Amino acid sequence: MSVFEPMVELVRGLAITFKQTFFNPVVTVSYPEQKRKVSKRYRGRHELKRYENGLEKCIGCSLCAAACPADAIFVEAAENTDEKRFSPGERYASTYEINMMRCIFCGFCEDACPTEAIVLGDNYELSFTSRRDAIYTKEMLLETVPSSDMTTPRTVEPGVFTRSVPEMKDPQD
Amino acid sequence: MSWALFWEWLIKSLVLIFTLLIGFGYLTYYERRLLARIQVRVGPNRAGPQGLMQWMADAVKLIFKEELTPAKVYKLVFFFAPIVTMAPSIVIAAVIPWGTSFSLGRRVIPLYLADINVGVVYLMSIASVAVYGIVLAGWSSNNKYAMLGGLRSTAQMISYELTLGLMFVTAVLLGNSMSLVDIVDAQRGMWIGVIQPVGFLLFFIASLAEVNRHPFDMPEAEQELTAGYHTEYSGMKFALFFMAEYQKMIVVSMIGATLFLGGYREIWFLKDTFLSVDRAWFLGPIYLFIKVFVLLGIMIWIRASWPRIRYDRLMNLGWKILIPLSLAVIFITALGILLDNYWIIPILSVLAGLFAVTVVYRDLRRKAYERV
Repeated sequence: MSVFEPMVELVRGLAITFKQTFFNPVVTVSYPEQKRKVSKRYRGRHELKRYENGLEKCIGCSLCAAACPADAIFVEAAENTDEKRFSPGERYASTYEINMMRCIFCGFCEDACPTEAIVLGDNYELSFTSRRDAIYTKEMLLETVPSSDMTTPRTVEPGVFTRSVPEMKDPQD
Repeated sequence: MSWALFWEWLIKSLVLIFTLLIGFGYLTYYERRLLARIQVRVGPNRAGPQGLMQWMADAVKLIFKEELTPAKVYKLVFFFAPIVTMAPSIVIAAVIPWGTSFSLGRRVIPLYLADINVGVVYLMSIASVAVYGIVLAGWSSNNKYAMLGGLRSTAQMISYELTLGLMFVTAVLLGNSMSLVDIVDAQRGMWIGVIQPVGFLLFFIASLAEVNRHPFDMPEAEQELTAGYHTEYSGMKFALFFMAEYQKMIVVSMIGATLFLGGYREIWFLKDTFLSVDRAWFLGPIYLFIKVFVLLGIMIWIRASWPRIRYDRLMNLGWKILIPLSLAVIFITALGILLDNYWIIPILSVLAGLFAVTVVYRDLRRKAYERV
């Protein structure tokens, strides 16, 4: 049999590709139509979270901007009042911008945030055609409001939202 | 010559040329899709439904690409080489019949462009002309890689043309004619490829080498010669080489189907049923298409499966194995016809083929021992 080894080997090669063609399913993920699920701890585009009552978690402390190694975050804070309340506590972020061209998605902002306001989400479809479009503003980053009467700013009863950093357990994940 | 005849020829030529040109486009698509499937990918599926318009996008891209002429090329030859490569690959298809005939009014229109009584010789001669384009392209480019690619290509094509020509002889012997129409008609009862399987296999191997396909794609071995003879070509000139290469694949498959697989004829055991081309002329082109499609599929399958053969081994295989084997196969065929015992042809030729395989094996083993 071994005399015909050259021929047998050639046929074996053909058999392997034949098997691949007809018995292996295609592994390609056809991207725009089919999307692969990202992992639980995926670091995609940032999201600014809200509390269940609709108030913004961000208090404008700029710790994220300080932690950012790429200097991609710019925060400007302003004073909250009970008539125009954005977030609990004294201050809120009046401007919050992330330059996605500088961001390296390291997640340090997430770690630095005292209120868990900024979270790296699972959106990875970040494309822009100009430098201006690369800067994501607060409106673009902020989570949608849970219901229409929970928008910010809103008027609240005085003396309720005095504490800016909520009481939290240790992070699980 | 009447005007009707003129129009008939003109229309048939145009049909043939456009079939080949569009066939080239779809062959690239077919190759990419099948190759992708073999590699468990999807392949081009964006342009048009299922990517069917991909070839058009590629063509537009190639046409609008910048055409670069290097400084020290031999301009005239550099310009004509792609044309010299391209033209034979279309012209060669003229003698291949793609159906019986149909009647239009009182006029009977045969479905072939020309029935030359020495059609096989015509095929051989035109196939040889294509070598000029490649070697001239390699030489006029003033580039070492292109030169080496062109030389390799010439050496390879001339070597394997012998086997190819000898296999034409077996088909001529069994078909009892040199006209391709007669050879196809002779396969009404049985395909020549079934009577002479080794002959068909040898023809297929030689044709792979002739059209520079894997595993014999020496002239374009990227690792060794960048792109081979068309290294310096770009834009539409490159596109012509590309087209010539793929059209040669189609044409060689057509020749293989015509000489060995019954051409436009149905499978022999269907000859008296309603699926016969004698009953329905329009089945002729369809049968030919199916055969060409399968042969091209095998070529692509081989490309996906086998590694490139080393150059010295290619030459050894061509001169020391294939040509003696071809001569043996011709002898066996002639013997079978002489004794009027057709059944001894496949048996003896398969035995001869197996003997050739053992020779290859011994050669490889001897080299393996020498290396240690």
